[in-house]
Amino acid sequence: MLNLGRAALSLALLIAVYGIAASLYGARSGRRRWVDSGRRSVYALAATLTVAFVVLEAAFVRSDFSFAVVASHSSTTTPTFYRAAAMWSSQEGSLLLWVWLLSLWSSLVLFLTRQRLREVVPYATAVLLGFAGFFAALVVFLANPFALANPVPAEGTGLQPLLRHPSMMIHPPLLYSGYTLFTVPFAFAVGALVARRVDAEWIRATRRFALAAWLFLGVGILIGARWSWSELGWGGYWAWDPVENASLMPWLTGTAFIHSIMMQEKRGMMKVWNASLVLATGVLAILGTFLVRSGILESIHAFGGSTLGKPFLALIAALMVGSVALVASRRAELRSEARLESLLSRESMFVLNNVVLVGLCFVIFWGTFFPLISEAVSGQKASVGPPWFDRYTVPLAIALVLLSGLGPVIAWRRATPANVVRTLRGPLVVATAIAAAALLLGVAARPWALAMFGAGAFAAAVAVQEFWRGARARRSATGEPAPAALVGLVRRNRRRYGGYLVHIGMAVIFVGVAASSAFQGVHDVRLSPGQSAHIDGYDVRYRRATSALSNEKVTLGAVLDVSRNGRHVATLAPTRGYYASLDTRLGPVGRFFDGEATSEVGLRAGLRRDFWTAVQPDVGAMQSMIDGLDKRFPLATGRTEGLLLAALAARYEVAPPPASFRLIVSPLVEWIWLGGAIAALGGLIALWPAAALARRRATVLSRVRLGRQPSHA
Amino acid sequence: MELVLTVILLGAVVTIVASPLVSNDGRARSRGSRRTAIETARDAKYREILDAELDFQTGKLSEADYREVDRRLRAEASELLGELEAEPAGDGAR
Repeated sequence: MLNLGRAALSLALLIAVYGIAASLYGARSGRRRWVDSGRRSVYALAATLTVAFVVLEAAFVRSDFSFAVVASHSSTTTPTFYRAAAMWSSQEGSLLLWVWLLSLWSSLVLFLTRQRLREVVPYATAVLLGFAGFFAALVVFLANPFALANPVPAEGTGLQPLLRHPSMMIHPPLLYSGYTLFTVPFAFAVGALVARRVDAEWIRATRRFALAAWLFLGVGILIGARWSWSELGWGGYWAWDPVENASLMPWLTGTAFIHSIMMQEKRGMMKVWNASLVLATGVLAILGTFLVRSGILESIHAFGGSTLGKPFLALIAALMVGSVALVASRRAELRSEARLESLLSRESMFVLNNVVLVGLCFVIFWGTFFPLISEAVSGQKASVGPPWFDRYTVPLAIALVLLSGLGPVIAWRRATPANVVRTLRGPLVVATAIAAAALLLGVAARPWALAMFGAGAFAAAVAVQEFWRGARARRSATGEPAPAALVGLVRRNRRRYGGYLVHIGMAVIFVGVAASSAFQGVHDVRLSPGQSAHIDGYDVRYRRATSALSNEKVTLGAVLDVSRNGRHVATLAPTRGYYASLDTRLGPVGRFFDGEATSEVGLRAGLRRDFWTAVQPDVGAMQSMIDGLDKRFPLATGRTEGLLLAALAARYEVAPPPASFRLIVSPLVEWIWLGGAIAALGGLIALWPAAALARRRATVLSRVRLGRQPSHA
Repeated sequence: MELVLTVILLGAVVTIVASPLVSNDGRARSRGSRRTAIETARDAKYREILDAELDFQTGKLSEADYREVDRRLRAEASELLGELEAEPAGDGAR
């Protein structure tokens, strides 16, 4: 099937080139048939790339090692579940995933707009196919997933052990969905600017794609953080790693865009800003992909250096120069149709929220690229760490949470000051009470955390109050019971109340981040079985050592009894898995301890706090036994090798050397995942299209209120 | 087998991409750009009217401020409806 895959990729590249030419010719000449042919090229591209994707996925699942990429990223011992996901652990497979997802979203948006935006769509099609052509060229010429393994190995290298986690099945596709979905509003913005159709129609056509991009990227980031917390042995969920930052930057500018487009839709304002923001978001999405794949910055995610740096840099430079030139040349068309009527208005709040979000993005951009900037300026590569990021991002995050509380209580155009004060009274009381309670619990030593608790409580209280007031108003108008009024309110105003639910979720996330960052206790101890450690009010007793064997790894671990005030809290079993190297020269036993190793965390999660443990067995203390077995049985394979490992494992259980443990007590970590779920639900509600009947009813109602009869215009 | 599948794929691609070029379907499919722009603005204005009403009902606007905002929004919506009625219904495609 290698040839079919190669043919599909080559065909995809040809289709992209043809589609660009057909769309541009159709737009310039006014010949609709060519425009339609260009649009259909995107459908054909999606079909062709689906064939390539299925061929490669089938090769991974079948462990077909004639595919070089399968041989180097999977093995017969890799569980089927992970074999299916191994495709995107490789550079070649992940690039194919990127362009395949892009072709699907592009097909969807072009199908939905097939009878709209006549002037804009051909240029948007050309831009989308331009991205597709770039990535298709990469997989055809530089990172072909259908390269033949020569010679074909009997066994593959296996999937990177760190990636053997259920989150990794969906984390990369979610991030890539976010990145590729952001190219849709980007392409339509370019189309609107080129065609000089800068009204809100292109925003209306692509708003849901921007929201879906925001949702996918946000959920992908959180799943990555959860993976880090529960799989990586360092004991954190966010490290300000360049690739983490790269995913956060377009999410931040995308968040700003989702807010500010409301001003253009309603009032024709902020057109330059919106165009610039969505173009920047598109460029940052490509930058995110570039950082993962180029290896230009050191990161646990950048899986080795590659040859893709130069093409990506050329694309990013072209996108940046083109975007700036396009916006500059359309200044006249982008002039605002209205001005701010009052500083106390929703519009002002959105401007402030945008400034903070873009400020956050700028800080993260600066910190991420500081190693390159410092090298360019001083010749020495210097980097900044978490304390630097925290210094600037924490105050900005607090401001953002406060604004997310202020915004919903302020009306569009101009709010009535007395009403704003009255509306804020309740949430301010809640925020003050929470801050006072936090002070009593001893939070005063961490003023930033205290401020975030207050801000988060304020924002959540405002959003809850909005639900309550809205439901009460609907109830008095319709006479519905309270639950029905609440459901009816949300159904009729999905965007508004979905957004408020997102605000609650974000407040919960930020409170979780503040608490777990400020009050996390980390302790590294070395214990032998029977010994105990006392940390943050908990007693941790190393009860016994454990071991397990499988085809691909040796697992050594520990059973820990955790108690508090003499009461048993949890039994935790952290382990460390040692994966065999394929280099048999290392010896039948030694090869397991010279390959990759990963931690399985022992975690007791709770709404109040997580108790997190990781173990590092002292393999060095067993080195003489490992060397001895390798010397006596240098050619052992299969069953004999299994017996040797079983002997080693049994010895470890009976007479384990002292092991090193990392023990962490971290408050409110679960709030981050809970807040993420709430925010995702809010995003889904905002994203869900209103029923056609409800839209029609709203239109008719408005026309009747305007004193006109409904028509079928 | 692979060759057959490749030929089928190529045939499907050519059919999908070339069909508009050989089709006689020349019916009008798009509305005029100005008309759709006004329709978008009209729908946004309707939503703004409903939003202002909800803002009033949830206590963000005093009655006097709401009446003033609502009056102006209705005037703007009426203006858009007038513009829409003056626009031709649609245009053709080549």
